[in-house]
This record gives sequence, C-alpha cells and structure tokens, in this order.
Amino acid sequence: MKKTISVSSSSATLDTNRRNFLKLSGVGLAIAGLALVGCNDDDLIINPGGNVFDLGTGDVGVLNYAYALEQLEADFYTKVVNNFYSGISNDERTVLTDLYNHEVIHRDFFKAAITGAAPNAILPTLEFQYPGVNFSNRASVLATAKALEDTGVAAYNGAGKYITNPAYLVLAGKIVSVEARHASAIRDLINPKSADFSGDDIVTAMNGLDAAKEPKDIVAAAGPFIKTPFTWKERGI
Amino acid sequence: MNILRILDKLSNDKFFTGEATRSQTLSSIADFGKKAAVAAVPLGLAGMMSSPAHAETTTSSSAVFKTALTDALQLALTLEYLEDEYYAMARGKAGLIPASDRAIFDQISKHESAHVAFLKTTLTALGTAPATKPNFDFTAGGAFAPMDDYQTFLILAQAFEDTGVRAYKGQAGNVMSNKDVLTAALQIHSVEARHASEVRRLRGQKGWIELANGGNMPSATNPVYAGEGETVQAGFNTATTFGAAAGSAAYDEILTGDQAKAIAGLFIKP
Repeated sequence: MKKTISVSSSSATLDTNRRNFLKLSGVGLAIAGLALVGCNDDDLIINPGGNVFDLGTGDVGVLNYAYALEQLEADFYTKVVNNFYSGISNDERTVLTDLYNHEVIHRDFFKAAITGAAPNAILPTLEFQYPGVNFSNRASVLATAKALEDTGVAAYNGAGKYITNPAYLVLAGKIVSVEARHASAIRDLINPKSADFSGDDIVTAMNGLDAAKEPKDIVAAAGPFIKTPFTWKERGI
Repeated sequence: MNILRILDKLSNDKFFTGEATRSQTLSSIADFGKKAAVAAVPLGLAGMMSSPAHAETTTSSSAVFKTALTDALQLALTLEYLEDEYYAMARGKAGLIPASDRAIFDQISKHESAHVAFLKTTLTALGTAPATKPNFDFTAGGAFAPMDDYQTFLILAQAFEDTGVRAYKGQAGNVMSNKDVLTAALQIHSVEARHASEVRRLRGQKGWIELANGGNMPSATNPVYAGEGETVQAGFNTATTFGAAAGSAAYDEILTGDQAKAIAGLFIKP
C-alpha cells in the first residue's frame, strides 16, 4: 500500500531517488495521520509538490542549466550507441559515437566544475524519458538528435547574457560551437547536399543569426524529456 | 506530450526564428542610431558614449569613438567581408562549384552577406563608422589557386570558417558588456560553426576538430588549428574517458584578436 509523505522543510537536501528518501537530512517530515505499521520503504513516495531542486542564482544557475541539458544529451546518445538502429551507415555510426563521446564529456565537465564551485548547489542526476522516440528507427533517432542539438545551441546562445564571469562565458562558448557543429552534421545526415545544415528554419535569413532562446522557453520545450522536476526561480521557471 | 508534437514544436519556424531573433538585436541596436534615441539607449551603451551627440551621429566620421567592443565588431566585420567576397567570387566562377554542392554554398554565402550588413548596422548604431572592405587576395600571394580548383576552394573555405568560429569566441569577453551585442555575436558564432562542420564533411572530414589537426589541410593553415589539441578545461581532463581526440574535439578554442588578424592578413593585399 502507498503512503504519501509531505516534505515540510525548504532547506532539505533532496535525493531524487525515491528509495533513498529515508536519507533526507534536515527535513521535518509531516506524516498526516497515516499509520506506517506494516509498510516497507519502497511504498513511501515523496510528494513532488514539496521540495523540488532549484537551479540556483547567478552563474551557478546557468551552469546547472547547461548541466541539465548536457545530462539529457548524454543520456539520449548513450541509449543510441548502446543499441544502434538497424541499417546504420558507417558515417552515421561514427557521428553518433562522437556525439555520445562529446556530450558525456560535457556532462562530466559540468559535474566537476559545479562540484568545485558550489558543491552544495549542484543539480542532481536527472531522470529522462523519450515518449514516442523509436531508438530502432533511423528517422526517429536523427530527428530527436537534431532537435536536441538545435535546442542546445539556442539554449547556450540565449543564456550567455546571464553569465557574469568571463571565464565561464568562454567555456560556454567553447561548447556551443561544438553543439552547432553537431547540429549541422545531423541535419546533413537527414538531408545531404541541401541548405538544411544551416537552414532557414533555424538561421534567420535576413540577418544570418542562429536561434537564441530564453531558458523558460527551452525548459518548456525540453520538459517532456525530463522526468525529474526542477525549478529555476531566478529565470521564472 | 507526444514526441512528434515535441519535435514539431522544436522544429517549428516560429519557435526558433520568431521572437528571439526578430525582436532583439538588429532592431534594438538600430534604434540607437535614430536622432531621438539618446534617452532610449540602454545603460550599457550610454555609459560607453563620451557625449550624447554620438548617439545621433550616424554618418559623421566617428572613427575616434572606439572601444574594445567596437574593435571586436570591426574584427568580425573584416572576417565577414573576407568570407562574403570569397563565396561571391567562387559562386560567380563558372565550373568551380559542382551543381550538387551549389545549394550549400548559396546558403553559406547568403549568411555571410547578411552578417556583413548586420555588423555594419550595429557599428553604425554604436556610433562608429564600420571599417571599409579590404582588398583581398585569396591566392595569399600565389600560394593557393582556390578559384581554379574546387578542392583548394574547400580547403580555404574550411580554414576561413574554422578561423571565424575561433575569432568570435576570442572576442566574447570584449562584447559581454553589451547584452544585445553579446547575444548577436553568439548567434553569428554558432552559424559559422554550422558552416565549418558542413565544409569539413564535404571534404570527407569530421565536422569537429580532433587534436590540433585540421584534417588533411596544408601546413600553411597550421595557425588556424594551433592549440586545438587542448585536453584540459578549467582543470578538468577531457581526455580521460574517451581519449585525446574526443576530448579535444568536444571543445573549440579561442583565437586572440591578433592571431585572427594574422590569419586574415595573409589574404589581404598590403
């Protein structure tokens, strides 16, 4: 039988793994008149309306934001390379393996960087889902890769202005151009010998500028892939 | 939400090219050039102008008004002039670009022309006369014949695009004081990266730079790739998990303004 615990302290350290709920520290648990006798640990579920991780303020918030998106990309490509779709070409296999490598490196980089800069404020490991994505289908995998890469570019381009430390800005810059190279390559795989690598759907024809989106819009768009809720109150999320 | 609807939304024209690019940058920066606009100039720019009269001066020779920000934009403009002329020349040369690849270079060329126009408008709005277009020599004093040989054309195209990515990246710190300019610079920077990736793949190379190797490029282009083999980022070793090629490819490196000018200078007539 399921019991619900309402987490009442906002200073809690939230472990998103429901099995570890008993390890929450500094939390006042308000159990509204429910008997625990006879229930075992796995039956207890954290009320998600209680404590949700906030990405934070200032540069830490932006770093956690980038970390979240890199976690998503790394997770996606891990699934892709662990079971390549049938009929994959050598070029596609190489490209997708490289993308997997790069995104895992990016993810691990942010984890290390944020742990160093703000060890108590680092985003936990998120859980993801891919509703409707068919990992054994080339078109589905490439379309999803394209969406994720284009989203990554637009996210970094839109978040640059929120970074205050010039060193962080350069690091973000070093990554976003690689995401754009990725996006271009995926688009080329989908429609080779066309303008799509840098198409009018993503680069405004009038001024030659790539997309740049606010964090709110990126999180709303990528939200369906992300199972673990989080907020970024400073950015209205 | 169904994945197809997610992907539809993400690939929807309006989502990516709608509000964010139309409403900001060009129009908001261009507003500064209008006579009555002094009061409308955001704090960032107003603080940089030595007198209110600059905001109203769009045609006078305001070359004296320069800052690290405008210098960065002038460098970007010079590189865009170079690319714009290079592609225009190539597309006009009968028999150079194979029919199968024309759509690609028409698109790249379109973007470089748009970048030139955008940067000129931005500089003007900031009260600085845009640099004039240099006289280019794409043979680099006879070292190359890009207009006579498609593979050579591709080699230099790759060099220019990879240089552009690194040069913009190197100027980020100089433009971060103006959020609109910074965002626009990032938005151009990622387009150059898309271009670079495509040209590299046309040459049978990966879209990204592994180690400090341009990928079957002549040694004259070594300065374009020097330093790209870096595998330590902010103290983090990027080579640990998958090796140095992957670790170095996951990050593009900067070029300083001087390094970028030196590369461009090879193709500018003295």
